Amino acid sequence: MIRVTRSAVIDAPIGRVWEVLRDFNSHWAWHPALGESSIVGGEPADQVGCVRNFFLKDGNHIREQLLALSDRDHVSTYCILDATLPMKRYVATVQLKHVTDGDRTFWNWQSTFEVPRGREKEFAKLVGKGVYEGGFEGLRAYLRRGSLAPARAANAGALQCQAVVATAFGGPEVLRLEDRAASAPGPGEVRIRQTAVGVNYIDVYVRKGLYRMIDPPAPLGMEAAGEVVDVGDGVAHLLPGDRVAYACPPPGAYASVRTMNADQVVVLPDDISEETAAAAMLKGMTTEYLLHRTVRVRPGQAVLVHAAAGGVGLLLCQWAKALGAKVIGTVSSEDKARLARAHGCDFPIVTGDYRFAAEVRNLTNGRGAEVIYDGLGRAAAAENLEALAFTGHWAMYGQASGPHEALPDLGAKSGTLSRPVLFHYTADRAQLTEIAGNLFRALRDGTLRVAVNHRYPLGAAAEAHRDLEARRTTGSVVLLP
Amino acid sequence: MIKVYTSSVIEAPADAVWAQVRDFNGLPKWTPFVAESRIEGGVPADKIGCVRNFRLKDGGVIREQLLTLSDYDYQCSYSILESPMGVENYVATLKLTPVTDGNCPCAEWSAEFDCAPGRERELAQNIAQGVFQAAFNSLKQLLRN
Repeated sequence: MIRVTRSAVIDAPIGRVWEVLRDFNSHWAWHPALGESSIVGGEPADQVGCVRNFFLKDGNHIREQLLALSDRDHVSTYCILDATLPMKRYVATVQLKHVTDGDRTFWNWQSTFEVPRGREKEFAKLVGKGVYEGGFEGLRAYLRRGSLAPARAANAGALQCQAVVATAFGGPEVLRLEDRAASAPGPGEVRIRQTAVGVNYIDVYVRKGLYRMIDPPAPLGMEAAGEVVDVGDGVAHLLPGDRVAYACPPPGAYASVRTMNADQVVVLPDDISEETAAAAMLKGMTTEYLLHRTVRVRPGQAVLVHAAAGGVGLLLCQWAKALGAKVIGTVSSEDKARLARAHGCDFPIVTGDYRFAAEVRNLTNGRGAEVIYDGLGRAAAAENLEALAFTGHWAMYGQASGPHEALPDLGAKSGTLSRPVLFHYTADRAQLTEIAGNLFRALRDGTLRVAVNHRYPLGAAAEAHRDLEARRTTGSVVLLP
Repeated sequence: MIKVYTSSVIEAPADAVWAQVRDFNGLPKWTPFVAESRIEGGVPADKIGCVRNFRLKDGGVIREQLLTLSDYDYQCSYSILESPMGVENYVATLKLTPVTDGNCPCAEWSAEFDCAPGRERELAQNIAQGVFQAAFNSLKQLLRN
């Protein structure tokens, strides 16, 4: 068993230090080695038994449970439940003591744990130096920042930037690159210098006015990645210099600098590039919730993925395959069938006229698909009902051929139906960080491969839209400001 | 029961600090208010149960008994047997905890006692500042030189 103890004196009153440390989910606000963290199930962060789920910036993933918390003794004890590091029986205690001489705080941090034989020194150093000593410095810096609020005013002015604006609803020709100003972040806001912007089909719908999400002239774009310039009051989870990404309304991502609500912005792990994040946030988080939250896909289930070679389709095929599902897809050409197959689709059905139900039933011994991922809309409603297994689930996450006119006769299959939208799944920040964290892990371990096949300068957004609408693109499209 | 707690960071290696304070007969060496001290019965000063009998510079005599001494935990505790202070059931603990960041200890000195009603505040203040903090200050001074 290894025992690690580190201690330090923090030049702040014990009340101030304890206010931070008693919050079991504060660690990623002040510890320099940590990425995103959330409390599982949204429980209060001072509820004994709650679990924090977090990533280290080196990509490792840890879940820890709060075992004891005492406001009287200023003690917090917690253990690791599971981690991607080979540490067993890790139990740690943080204890603060009041140093009456100078009104300072003594902080003792110690733990016991086990690691594989021969790796004791490595882990004793990792924990003692990387986690504990790094944490002391991080908290000191955090407390200094809190008391130096005027430092934020250094960037108080607006920053000049460029943005792609839809001057009216219409074709790609309505897009124009304009000089604009990104205002200083207000309370709850962050200002991001963006290095990669994702282009999605939803942007085309917004530009055309099919989705009334803007009032022209207004900038487009739902997802991007970059670096934090500064943050407004009350933003505890982001710091200037952090690499971040987001996928959320309102539109406005087609810009070199953007000021926006910080709630929907997540910190990127070191090993996820900004370009990958910009290409994967919207489609990848959509895939995550469709396979894990709308329904929970289980090994052996038959899953029908429409537009299997499309942006979300390719990700659904890969991740569903990794979950052990039997993946059936529909595509419009042999080329797309090859692409889908290369991404985990077991049975791509080539169909130009939305006829696929008979084939799906053939491939499933007549049972049909347990889950249908449907972005097609009304054109395929009858075929989908025919292809659905008894008690199956039909997730209508898009409607490329137009909205459904009437509810399908689900009684024919005891089917269930959902009409899920990503932004409802990510509205709650704890759930957002969980979904984003799972996406980053899937990108890291190879479950998902995201091909960024098309890069355009920010000013060429209209060309990107033309290529996207003409189906000349495959994989992801990004703009590089 | 009244509780008093005083703590400080002593800027010297923990072993050096402990070497000073573990000597139950060493108060004249490192506190500013003890004139002389001896261990009753001539027993060693680190024998648990021994009694130190010391005279303050203002003339008062105090007898204290060693209850705990731990070189492992850098901790000792003692009780007052007799004193002019007017305290009953007085038990004090002095403990060092190494601060790894800086290699110097955090010293904590606490006491619990009973006293006549109305004297609580005065006694607590006097012990926390006049005795414990004053002793820490002179210890810091001593180890700095």
